[in-house]
Amino acid sequence: MTSILVRAASMLGGGREDLRIRDGEIASRGSLTPERGETVIDADGLVALPGLVDLHTHLREPGFEASETVLTGTRAAASGGFTAVHAMANTSPVADTAGVVEQVARLGEEHGYATVRPIGAVTVGLAGERLAEIGAMARSRAAVRVFSDDGLCVADPLLMRRALEYVATFGGVIAQHAQEPRLTEGAQMNEGALSGELGLAGWPAVAEEAIVARDVLLAEHVGARLHICHVSTAGSVDIVRWAKARGIAVTAEVTPHHLLLTEELARGYDARFKVNPPLRRDEDVHALRAALADGTIDIVATDHAPHPSEAKECAWAEAAFGMVGLESALSVVQHTMIDSGMIEWADIARVLSQAPASIGQLEGYGAPLAIGAPAHLTLVDPAVTRTWSTTDLRGRSSNTPYTGRELPGRVMATIHAGTITVSEGDLVDPAVLGMTERG
Amino acid sequence: MKHLLSTRDLDRETAVRILDIAEEMSRTAARAVRKLPTLRGKTVVNLFFEDSTRTRLSFESAAKRLSADVITFSAKGSSVSKGESLKDTAQTLEAMGADAIVVRHGVSGAAELLAHAGWIDATIVNAGDGTHEHPTQALLDAYTIRSRRFGDDARGRDLAGLRIVIVGDILHSRVARSNVWLLTALGAHVHLVAPRTLLPSGIATWPVIVHESLDDALATAPDAVMMLRIQSERMHDAYFPSEREYAREWGLTAERATRLGPDTMVMHPGPMNRGLEISSVAADSPASTVLDQVSNGVFVRMAVLYLLVAGESQEES
Repeated sequence: MTSILVRAASMLGGGREDLRIRDGEIASRGSLTPERGETVIDADGLVALPGLVDLHTHLREPGFEASETVLTGTRAAASGGFTAVHAMANTSPVADTAGVVEQVARLGEEHGYATVRPIGAVTVGLAGERLAEIGAMARSRAAVRVFSDDGLCVADPLLMRRALEYVATFGGVIAQHAQEPRLTEGAQMNEGALSGELGLAGWPAVAEEAIVARDVLLAEHVGARLHICHVSTAGSVDIVRWAKARGIAVTAEVTPHHLLLTEELARGYDARFKVNPPLRRDEDVHALRAALADGTIDIVATDHAPHPSEAKECAWAEAAFGMVGLESALSVVQHTMIDSGMIEWADIARVLSQAPASIGQLEGYGAPLAIGAPAHLTLVDPAVTRTWSTTDLRGRSSNTPYTGRELPGRVMATIHAGTITVSEGDLVDPAVLGMTERG
Repeated sequence: MKHLLSTRDLDRETAVRILDIAEEMSRTAARAVRKLPTLRGKTVVNLFFEDSTRTRLSFESAAKRLSADVITFSAKGSSVSKGESLKDTAQTLEAMGADAIVVRHGVSGAAELLAHAGWIDATIVNAGDGTHEHPTQALLDAYTIRSRRFGDDARGRDLAGLRIVIVGDILHSRVARSNVWLLTALGAHVHLVAPRTLLPSGIATWPVIVHESLDDALATAPDAVMMLRIQSERMHDAYFPSEREYAREWGLTAERATRLGPDTMVMHPGPMNRGLEISSVAADSPASTVLDQVSNGVFVRMAVLYLLVAGESQEES
């Protein structure tokens, strides 16, 4: 493996430095002289971040390859600066056995664009009736540590209690999709004055908050860890803040789209803005930003949810929930959190790399870019802006909600395990990557 | 005006103009030859994803009286991808030369999508979308109220100062939504009556007065009382305890009907559940406008098609 010299990158909390990457590790830092045959990346003006880690990605394979595959999803991830993604379990077959999670992890390794950590289902077939073989998935080659029925809530309180206890046995964590199912039957958008006017069935905030409240109390009662997926309401933020103050082992994520977009976008019935949990009010957006800034919310996770165009080009109630987000995540977080002065780039390293790696127990990721650390690295140009369009996407689906918006920042290079996956702002060809395209 | 998707954006002038044209159309009904040549050579497609015989017949009749070619397409419940079929069906119909598409769909926003998704260029008339809006129903209700109240002196008038009480399942009613915006634009005071379970969230932001007791609302001496149909699927989903309790609390019973003032209209968009939201005594009384609403529906829909479809060709000529 040839070595890579990253020149004049802006280091977090410091000045400009050169970095040499060799054998998949950061070999040296400082003021370095190029060596013969070395690949040189000019990082003047670019911020060096530890490779980003997403705790909430839908890769759709196996089963829904029309929307995304492990290959196309990890290409989207790399182009957004991600070096590791956690693949949600709602595939077909569901990732509820060791066989499925090993297959997904292996596909990620073969393609080489990012590390793929499968998330195991909590219940068999996501049916919410009996526990999946959590131990087998934890002990498999995929070494699953995060379990979730995402897309569906583990609604049965007894089953949730057992899951929290049983997963703790294997050092894992449950990532709960907090949605009380009876309160959200047929739900289409945030419940409020606008849903009443548009005649769309409401998804009330209380349906999320009731589950968050129940589950933090259950986690406290059984002494287990709990992670809350895509927190979307100001009320949920209050409950998580209360739980943390009380010492309950809870972590929480927010999506980029919930940091920026509001329910008003439903007004034209354009189903690109249909997502679960739904876009909420302006007050919720501001509460979520404040919670991310003060640490109540630990991480940003994309909930990248690709769908083919026919699942979105239809009447609102018939359209699928979800939006793609890997390619745009860093730009949206820069726009909402950094450019607004609420956090700094060092916080980005925390909320998009270190903390998600820690929650997912993903070793070697999220660490500071120190000598000897694995070379997972994202170089971002914060000074550019672009008008977002579907041509900025690299996955298989185009259901982005940001088309036409001015977004700042661009990932100019991504290095995954010492290999350049994104160079000069675009993906490196699979052949150059030295991997075989078996997808 | 290119499309009629909702009454939300109709201003007073436009609404009065539609009602006045409908009045003109009603005159033609009295003639020996009832057909007008206005839409000769134009194709109007009725695209019905939901069963609604009365609305479909009313639009068919309106288009035919204007001499349009009429195609009716019942696309109810395609089992494949319903969404795809909405786009494909609309494009197919436009390829066949549809100038206007009258669409009825079970999903809120379907008409808006056809008008603005960029799939087709045809004029879209919303004939009811999910629980969102049903603008021609509201227009025919306004027309009925105006002509009952003002008779031959109706032309050019709005409904300023009239008090209209709408009773029942506001939450799921596209008729109620369209009426609230339209009647308000025409200057009427709209009162809503329903149990809280059947009121939409955010009702406090609507330009209406809400009552939880029908008797309180009737005591305001309204000019019209509009009873909404209770759909059978609501009866088993805990919106109210039983049909008997609903009829007792929010139904226009015979006893309540006798308490109405002599000039208070009794309205219903049909089809009626007699004995549930409305008693036969009320439905069949001289105060009832139910059949007027049906005949006025044709005139109002003629007016809408005339404005949207013929307007364009007049500009060309």
